[in-house]
Amino acid sequence: MSSVTFVTHEGESHEVPLDDDRSLMQIAVDNGVPGIDGDCGGEAACGTCHIVVDPAWTDTVGMSTEVEEEMLAMNPERHPTSRLACQMTAAEKWDGLVVQVPEFQM
Amino acid sequence: MTPRALVVGASHAGAQVAAGLRQHKWDGDIVLIGDEAALPYQRPPLSKAYLAGDMAVDALAIRGADFYAKQEITRRDGAVESIDRAAQQVELADGARLRYDRIALCTGARPRRLNAPGEDLEGVFYLRTSADVEAIRVAARTGGRAVIVGGGYVGLETAASLRKLGLEVIVLEAAERVLGRVTAPQVSAFYTRVHAEEGVEIRTGAAVEAFAGDRRVQEVVLAGGERIAADFVIIGIGVLPNTDLATTAGIVVDDGVVIDDRARTSDPLITAAGDCASHDMARYGRRIRLESVPSAGEQAKAAAATMCGKTKEIAALPWFWSDQYDLKLQIAGLNHGYDEIVVSGDPTRDRAFTCYYLREGQLIAADCINRPRDFIFSKQTISSGKEVDRAELERTDSRVGSSR
Ligand SMILES: Cc1cc2nc3c(=O)[nH]c(=O)nc-3n(C[C@H](O)[C@H](O)[C@H](O)COP(=O)(O)OP(=O)(O)OC[C@H]3O[C@@H](n4cnc5c(N)ncnc54)[C@H](O)[C@@H]3O)c2cc1C
Ligand code: FES
Repeated sequence: MSSVTFVTHEGESHEVPLDDDRSLMQIAVDNGVPGIDGDCGGEAACGTCHIVVDPAWTDTVGMSTEVEEEMLAMNPERHPTSRLACQMTAAEKWDGLVVQVPEFQM
Repeated sequence: MTPRALVVGASHAGAQVAAGLRQHKWDGDIVLIGDEAALPYQRPPLSKAYLAGDMAVDALAIRGADFYAKQEITRRDGAVESIDRAAQQVELADGARLRYDRIALCTGARPRRLNAPGEDLEGVFYLRTSADVEAIRVAARTGGRAVIVGGGYVGLETAASLRKLGLEVIVLEAAERVLGRVTAPQVSAFYTRVHAEEGVEIRTGAAVEAFAGDRRVQEVVLAGGERIAADFVIIGIGVLPNTDLATTAGIVVDDGVVIDDRARTSDPLITAAGDCASHDMARYGRRIRLESVPSAGEQAKAAAATMCGKTKEIAALPWFWSDQYDLKLQIAGLNHGYDEIVVSGDPTRDRAFTCYYLREGQLIAADCINRPRDFIFSKQTISSGKEVDRAELERTDSRVGSSR
């Protein structure tokens, strides 16, 4: 089964099943990954699903979209490969993906 | 005996308490009791994407069914009728009794009733649950004219969604302006303008006295006697906290179940979170009962920690959002007690602007319409208590340097 790994600020790894066609936020929430709340339900309105993509994976998963940029631009924890997980729809080829969960969400 | 935590109410707050208990390594049973017979689901889309038909019912669930199974959270359908604190037991409507070591009260809120004659006619709805929306969607299918009673966020969002479905929509607001209790006059005027542009008629100073019709509602009768034709009616005039359970059990209630910074009620074994809870907020120096998903989540996390003997304080700045048409409103902070307003952008012409609320020169809240950067900026500035430069606030969307 394909999987994705969320690494928390404390360095804890959560490897969870990668469910195609669901958002990465929903996958995290469904698996109880700490630090990803998804308060707004995936509307890019809250910023509580901020993750940082392992740079090796940006070609596969892509960089932040314009909508995400609006929410991320002012965030002090912002990294070049930051994304909003709710705006990322998982695909089969993401098997093995690693993302970091920042210490503070918005 | 294995320790048992009961979570009463299975919605935003309850689901988060249950998840939080496992994250904090609650070593025992977790029973999530809810009277809606569905997986905990998101309420905000009920007046937004879900009502407008842009969202599937499966997407409403906060977490999939697997989550509860994997985390060993037992879901139980039913209403808790009473808490026997001396015996540490609750009684359910079906007569079952469950013992407990800890309880989280997450009973939420219910619609405030208008209590007008004719309210029981077919075609008169309230909007709080997914079942309510299913009934409204059936009524909306035949088209016609919807009358919405109440110009708060839920009423206005409902108006926008029904408009999107092609219905004729009228909003009746008893006060002199919509959103009167929550925003500045400029913001109310802005929403009134946009709704007019989108073809929704908003009538203020319109107090509803009764509903008329033969079995099914046909008219809304206003104070003064005017009658407005309606194919169906949705009443959205606010909510009341579900506190009976706590009151009867002798737990301190004042508007909501009173909680401290760690979501503790007056009973050390019982916490409360969400719309049913009234929290003493140090930031505001008073007790406030918030009605929002982020606040329910924040309080729920504190409650879960407390139940596991850990400390996590309710500290996050309150915030809220609302979607209508192409408008994404994000609100940071609470504007209560503001003495000055700074507006960036032109709310009389554009569809993107920010209304900043200040008190004694300090930024306390911001309504950001299609201005996510301003929202993030405001959230940070208010949380940190940093000084703000008024002139800078006025410059549009400017924290990245460019004026648009
Ligand atoms: C149409 C609509 C749109 C909204 N939009 C937004 C928005 O955009 N942003 C936002 O932040 N918030 C929004 N809200 C508010 C938000 O939904 C609430 O703040 C949130 O649902 C509170 O969660 P809760 O778990 O405290 O309570 P509730 O969601 O009210 O849930 C309480 C649950 O407990 C159950 N219950 C009550 N008593 C008992 C009992 N004795 N035994 C068993 N079960 C019981 C109830 O049936 C219910 O299922 C909206 C609300 C509505 C109705
Ligand atoms: S869930 Fe709110 S921004 Fe992604």
